Parts: sequence; C-alpha cells; structure tokens
Amino acid sequence: MSISEDIIVKASGVTKVYQLGAEAVHALRGIDLEVRRGEYLSILGPSGSGKSTFFNMVGGLDRPTEGNVEVDGYCLQELNQKQLAWVRCHKMGYIFQSFNLIQTMTALENVSLPRIFAGETPAQAREAAAEILTVVGLGHRLTHLPSQVSGGQQQRIAIARALVNRPSIILADEPTGNLDLKTGEEIIHLLGEMKEKFGITVITATHDMKMLSASDTVVWIKDGRADRIARKGEFEVSIGTIDGKTLA
Amino acid sequence: MTTTTQTPAATSPSIIPEQRHVTWAVTLQVSWAGIKRRFFRSLITMSGVVLAIAFLTYMQVMNDIVKSLVLANDTVLNALLQKAGVDIYAADSSDRMMILLITLSLLACLVGIINSMLMSVTERIKEIGTMKCLGALDGFIIRSYFIESSLQGVAGTVLGCILGLIVALAAAASNYHGYVMKHFPWLSVAGSLVISLLIGTLLSVVAAILPAYLAAKKQPVDAMRVEE
Ligand SMILES: Nc1ncnc2c1ncn2[C@@H]1O[C@H](COP(=O)(O)OP(=O)(O)OP(=O)(O)O)[C@@H](O)[C@H]1O
Ligand SMILES: [Mg+2]
Repeated sequence: MSISEDIIVKASGVTKVYQLGAEAVHALRGIDLEVRRGEYLSILGPSGSGKSTFFNMVGGLDRPTEGNVEVDGYCLQELNQKQLAWVRCHKMGYIFQSFNLIQTMTALENVSLPRIFAGETPAQAREAAAEILTVVGLGHRLTHLPSQVSGGQQQRIAIARALVNRPSIILADEPTGNLDLKTGEEIIHLLGEMKEKFGITVITATHDMKMLSASDTVVWIKDGRADRIARKGEFEVSIGTIDGKTLA
Repeated sequence: MTTTTQTPAATSPSIIPEQRHVTWAVTLQVSWAGIKRRFFRSLITMSGVVLAIAFLTYMQVMNDIVKSLVLANDTVLNALLQKAGVDIYAADSSDRMMILLITLSLLACLVGIINSMLMSVTERIKEIGTMKCLGALDGFIIRSYFIESSLQGVAGTVLGCILGLIVALAAAASNYHGYVMKHFPWLSVAGSLVISLLIGTLLSVVAAILPAYLAAKKQPVDAMRVEE
C-alpha cells in the first residue's frame, strides 16, 4: 500500500487541458493534494481557478490529462466504466450547487436511487431512504416533489441522497451557491454534523466564507495550482476576509 | 461478477467490484415515476404516432368495408358506392396511391418520435449525468429511455387504432348507412387493426433505439456543466 490508511484522497500531479479548437485551456496545472480520512476540506479560489475541474477529477467524473487520483485505495485511472460506476455509487456522494434532484421523482424516490443502483429492490431502497431523510430533518416531506419544497429542503434531499449508500467521501461543489445566507449556514452545519455522525470525509468547493469555520483544512486554488494549504488553527476566520485578504 | 479486466495496481484492492446491471423490471419501476408525471407532455409526443396510425387504420378499415360492400353487389348499395366515388368495377385501383400515402405518414411519424425523444435527451442531459453520478450504468439509461419511448409509442398506437376505427366507421355509416353493419367484414377489419398495432409498435420501438443510445453516451460531468 503506497497510500497510507488515513489518507483517503491522493492527487499527484493532476493537470487538465481543455482543447477549444486551436486554443488550449490549462484548467489545472499540476495539483498535489492529500486529504485525510474524516476531515472537512474546503477548496477556495476565484471563479475560473479550476475548483470544479479538480472536483470532477476527484469524483471520477472526468479524467485528468496527466497525473493520478487515488480515492479510498482505488486508482481511478485504472478503473473500467463499470468499476468507476461502482466506486461512484458506493464510495462517493455528490452534492451540487443546483441540487440536481430528478424533478419527476419524490424525495423518497430520489434518495432511493443510489440504493437501487447498488442492487437493492425499490422497496428495500425506499426504507433506507426514508430513514436517512428523517436524519436530515425531512421525515415529513417524503412524498413531496422537489418543486414542492424550498431550496434548502431540496439541498437536504440531495444530502440524504449523497449519504444513503454510506460513502467514504462527500463531494460538494458550491453547495450553498443557490441558497440564502441563513439556509446556507444550516446546510454547512448539516454537512459538518453528518461528517461527525457517519465519519465521512467532506470536500467542498466554495466562494463562501461561512464554509471556513466548519473546515479542518482549507486549500486555496489559484490559476490551476494549489496556492496554499492551511490546517485548522493556521487560518484566521473573520467575516468577509481571511488572513486580511478579501476573497474573490 | 467481480472480475477485473486489467491487472490490479499495487495500490488498488486486488479485486475491484464492477457495478451490476439493474433488471428490466426494476428499471421500469424506477422510470415509471417519470413516465407518469410527464404524461401530458408524452401525449404531445404521442400525437404524431396517434395521427399516423389513425390514418393507417382509417385507410385500411375503409378499404375493407368498401371491398365487402362491393362484393355484396346490391343495386341500391352500388348506387351509394358510385355516389361516394368508388369505382365498383375496380375497387383496388387506389391501392398504390394509398400505400404511398401510408408510407409517407409512417415515415413522418418515425421522424416525429425520434425527434421528440432526442429533444427530451437534450433537455435531460443533467438528469442523465446525475443518474450516472449516483451509479447508473449506460445500460440503465438505455433501458429506461427505451422503455419510456416504447411505452409512449405503444400507447399512441393503441389510441391511433381506436381513433382510426371510429372515424372509418363514422364515415362509412354516413355514406352507406345500415349496409355497413349488414356486410361488416369483421375478419379483415380485425386483421387490419392487428397490422396497424404491429406497425405502430415496431415503429416506436425502432424509433426509441437511437435516442436511448445517445442518452447513455452523456457523461456525468454534464450534470455539473449544464445550468438551468
Ligand atoms: N468543458 C470545458 N471546456 C473548456 N474549458 C473549460 C471547461 N470546463 C472548464 N473550463 C475552463 O477551465 C477553467 C477552470 O474552470 P472551473 O469550472 O474548474 O472553475 P471554478 O474554479 O469551478 O470556477 P467557479 O468558481 O466559477 O465555479 C476555466 O478557465 C474554464 O473556462
Ligand atoms: Mg465551479
């Protein structure tokens, strides 16, 4: 094992080049990063710095141009389509800025999907889904459609869906981007709570300063590179600025 | 079930599981929510099928009835037939024209289903990407699209058959009155309905293949990229 037990994500020399006609966009220029098991890691950086691109690499949603990503002992580059789908289903939970709930499915149906993909019958899956929806505080909204609940509640459904298979990692790309201040705080709080309850590693990308207080580690990405990494206690959080720098 | 296709890396667990397929039955159960809640939109998708199959059914049934009335060789009836523009001495003369018309309408219907399913794939890129993030295999996406568009097609076909039959009966009754029932060609009308059902079903199933395949090729990154 080249990856130690308590390192859950290891990115080595990850680059991503998008070829747009004759022009090459260097979205990532070589990122090395280790994420410890069970920590809450926030990725900060200005728009266009490559946060989402890096996320897609860690989440096995896209392949790096060069470099490697290992997640929970699996070297993502070496997996075939079906293995990648298995890892996505069992090891990762995704949370998106725009919730990405299936609009035609109820909360219960949305949350049971990962279980069904994992091989359970819909009836078994619904049972587990109801349980986790209750944990995130939506036990009374099981049969509502996404359009019938608030944005914050939609994101709670998405969090339940991300948790239902008990993944090792939750990947959240700007989970508070579409929410107001107070609801955003509640969602961040919930993520932190779930991290403790299930011992899950949480990785979020954000512009949101509120995220920092919940984080164990903060990584600044600038122009496709990890500019700075700070552990808890090494960064000072105050409203609007961090270490005196205003965040873009 | 849990075999690997390549030599496992030193860092990866020696046996890496592969995601298993969701059965057709479960896929149907999962897709059913969407099919049910998109019902009214599906009606619009289906309208092309309904009209084309109604036309096909109408032409066939009308032809069956007229043939049977011509065979009856009744003087009053022959006068009615001639009044309706039927050449009673060569009832089959319009067959070629009819086949051409029917073929064209069926082609238009085929293109119609493919087109509306392709549009629904574009609309639902985000949904497909999300499903893949949650662990769906290409096969699941293919199956659920296939189920949805085939069901739409089959439902449209049945409606089209009923509509075509009703219109043909009404038209025949208004031209030939009680003679229609007296000389009703039960067997050939039943045969025509079966042909319409088969053609419509086959058409919608064939039309479902391409959109389903294209849907499955959408990547999970698309779930992030597309904004509502
Ligand atoms: N599919 C793509 N094709 C071409 N260029 C892309 C693509 N996706 C991202 N990029 C480029 O890569 C760079 C990094 O984009 P990315 O989405 O990772 O930024 P980000 O940090 O997530 O920004 P934001 O905070 O606005 O979400 C940008 O310059 C972007 O234009
Ligand atoms: Mg982004």
